[in-house]
Amino acid sequence: MEPLTWTGSLAILNPLFVGAWAFLIVAFVVSSVVSAFSVERAISAGASAPTRISAASWASLGVTAGLALVALVTFAYLIGGIALQDPQQKGILGILATRFLPVWLALAATFALSLTFKRRLGLYGKLFDSTIGMAGFAIVMFWVFTAIFGAMDLIVTHDPLAQLSGMKNAVPGSAVTQEGVYPYYLLGGDNLARDVFSRMVKGAWVVVRIAPFATLFAFMVGITLGLPAAYYGGKLDTFLTFLANLILAFPVILLFYLLVTPEIVQTGLPTYMAAVLFLLPIVFVAVLIHSRHFTDLRKDAIYLTIALAIGLWLYLGIAWDADPLGIIDFPPNLLVVFVSVVFVNAPTVFRIVRGLALDIKTRDYVAAAQTRGEGPWYIMLWEILPNARGPLIVDFCLRIGYTTILLGTLGFFGLGLSPESPDWGSTINDGRKLLSIYPHPALAPALALMSLVLGLNLLADGLREESLRD
Amino acid sequence: MGLFILRRFAVMILTALCLTFVVFYLTNLYPNLEKVAKTQGSQRMSDVEVSTWLASRGYRTMPDAQLLAGARSGDVPREEFSEAITGFDARLFRNYGEWLGLVPGYVIEGADGTVRARCAGHATPDEATPRFCGLLQGDWGYSTVFRNDVGGIITTRLVLTGKLMFWVMVLMVPSALLIGVLAGMREGTRLDRSLSTFSIASTATPEYVSGVILITLLASSSGWKIFKGTATSAAENATFENFFLPVLTIALYGTGYIARMTRASMTEVMTAQYIRTARLKGVSFRNIVLKHALRNALIAPFTVIMLQFPWLLNGVVIVETLFNYKGFGWTLVEAAGNNDIDLLLACSVVAVAVVLVTQLISDIGYVFLNPRIRIS
Repeated sequence: MEPLTWTGSLAILNPLFVGAWAFLIVAFVVSSVVSAFSVERAISAGASAPTRISAASWASLGVTAGLALVALVTFAYLIGGIALQDPQQKGILGILATRFLPVWLALAATFALSLTFKRRLGLYGKLFDSTIGMAGFAIVMFWVFTAIFGAMDLIVTHDPLAQLSGMKNAVPGSAVTQEGVYPYYLLGGDNLARDVFSRMVKGAWVVVRIAPFATLFAFMVGITLGLPAAYYGGKLDTFLTFLANLILAFPVILLFYLLVTPEIVQTGLPTYMAAVLFLLPIVFVAVLIHSRHFTDLRKDAIYLTIALAIGLWLYLGIAWDADPLGIIDFPPNLLVVFVSVVFVNAPTVFRIVRGLALDIKTRDYVAAAQTRGEGPWYIMLWEILPNARGPLIVDFCLRIGYTTILLGTLGFFGLGLSPESPDWGSTINDGRKLLSIYPHPALAPALALMSLVLGLNLLADGLREESLRD
Repeated sequence: MGLFILRRFAVMILTALCLTFVVFYLTNLYPNLEKVAKTQGSQRMSDVEVSTWLASRGYRTMPDAQLLAGARSGDVPREEFSEAITGFDARLFRNYGEWLGLVPGYVIEGADGTVRARCAGHATPDEATPRFCGLLQGDWGYSTVFRNDVGGIITTRLVLTGKLMFWVMVLMVPSALLIGVLAGMREGTRLDRSLSTFSIASTATPEYVSGVILITLLASSSGWKIFKGTATSAAENATFENFFLPVLTIALYGTGYIARMTRASMTEVMTAQYIRTARLKGVSFRNIVLKHALRNALIAPFTVIMLQFPWLLNGVVIVETLFNYKGFGWTLVEAAGNNDIDLLLACSVVAVAVVLVTQLISDIGYVFLNPRIRIS
């Protein structure tokens, strides 16, 4: 079989695509420069020439047109790639577009629903008022859906661990010589003749499975310690702040090298750290419920029992790998990755929460609650925390991105996750030795990681903009 | 002010002691020591041999003679013996003191009858052997990987990394400040938005990603091969060709962050009353930015740049590994990967010192630069 070309029959669109990009870039540069230096003139010219369209608005029109043109051609690639039938005509991009079809459908459904009901969805709905926020959200959801569908074996073309003969370092679009498997390596083969595309898609699942939860745990730990530190102050505050600064003064990579090694896993140290760290989220939820409902004993008892039962089950499953029901399976090398990521993130969250709480503590409604006779934990969790949610949500998005970078760093140094694991960091690490000859095995996961983190950053930026608007 | 610096200094020393103790504890956990014993002794040592080997060299307390005899003869089961010897050993504190140079180095007659002393390089001591040999005496220990004195290794490597850091700063600080000031002087314009998006993109790209992309584009056979993909030769002879890519890779990640901080501070200054006054007086925009706004807008970025050093340290480790530049970061990875205890401890002392000293400088510098802050 012939190897595939990148764009197949749609190669006729290539000059148009390059032209559209060139136009967009030129318009963009011109517009940026003009907008920065023309305001002065517009002010000094005053209202003398109101009917003439200024250079700035011409340039900005050009950018809009360029963007529309690029979007149109990209869309044509997508539609054409999906519509054409013969793989040779589709090209690599066309086949990729077809493989991602479930993701496109899920994305379209999400956006259609969210845009329809955006006025009723609070902060999430407001996100759809900001272009940057929407772009970020689209990229993030693209990877989330890719991860989920990839884990269901919908998008991947090959087993991420299968090594096919003759495909070592194969270039993108190479035809597979063996029968009975998917006939092409879409993004080429890696050093061990595995399919780069399938590994990239499977790698998304590793990130989506760990990063948000590790960040969530770090937030619960940070909040549980940060609120009392700010509220009570004094010795407790001094001690906790010193501890947080201690961890923050550790270079992250050194900490990883010390914590995430097979020898340390052997001593059981990560398990003990997990046992301490993961107790705090349970404390957080329990106190959250109890401080609110302690006047209504029946409700209090019911909610607490449910929360503690679920919490204890998760705690036993995750920290001790001893789930009595046998559903949660948390191998020790994954636990050490999880723990160290939480450990690195929690002090920063602690500092942010403490700073916010110190400010909010002086507000009138806190004084009112104190006068009313509310308990300290009620004030912390139900008066201070909800009012700090804006910056915390923004930081949460940024921090998921940072956690993704940390996971990649761990993989890049070959720490923690198993060597054949398809996560992006490990794959970049595998590919970097032959980077100047065969860049494609490392490039695919690198671009994937970059786009996900960029998406999260843009999302956070959009959220910040929208939450400041209130 | 003097008291403030003194107090900060005391906290710094305390922090450094805590951190080095943590590193000391983690590197001296039994499985790590077992690895050391097996790589330096022989791979096929039994548990008994490992424990006596470690005890003869002062790493751990000698196990009970009865227990040892029992384990040798097989009376004590293997599991019970390994449980008895792998636990926490209070000798750790003494060893930490020895390493610091506060406690005299050990002189132990080992199980094999040889007398060994820490200060004689774990060999038989003579008259010239000093009693103390630790950090305070300037003795950093011996690297088992490089087979050389740690002090010398660290110095040469730090000089190389210093060279890298210097060029990173030369590239990063001016470009980041320029981007930040240009974006912040007129908030909301397209220039602002495009530069801000660039900053976001650069903070979203960790070094191991931008390094891979830059090598692919500028140093691989499929891209435009104008640079070298490795910087090994830059250690002796740094040229634009072999040194620019690693410098650019580290600088890119930091640029975005500093630029964002500069932009935030610049926009804040540009809305201040005195800028409006200057505008109403008829001062040209150029002069407003250069003479009135810039100085005040650069206070906050100073702190950020100082606090950026610890992050640069991370970047240095990644980039030196990726480009195979044999500086401090590369040494740290080698030391940690091979559990070279003395070298790893020295690396962490340097790393922690860098972090703490930059924090101190940024605090003090902030007070000096910003007259509104008074330390009582």
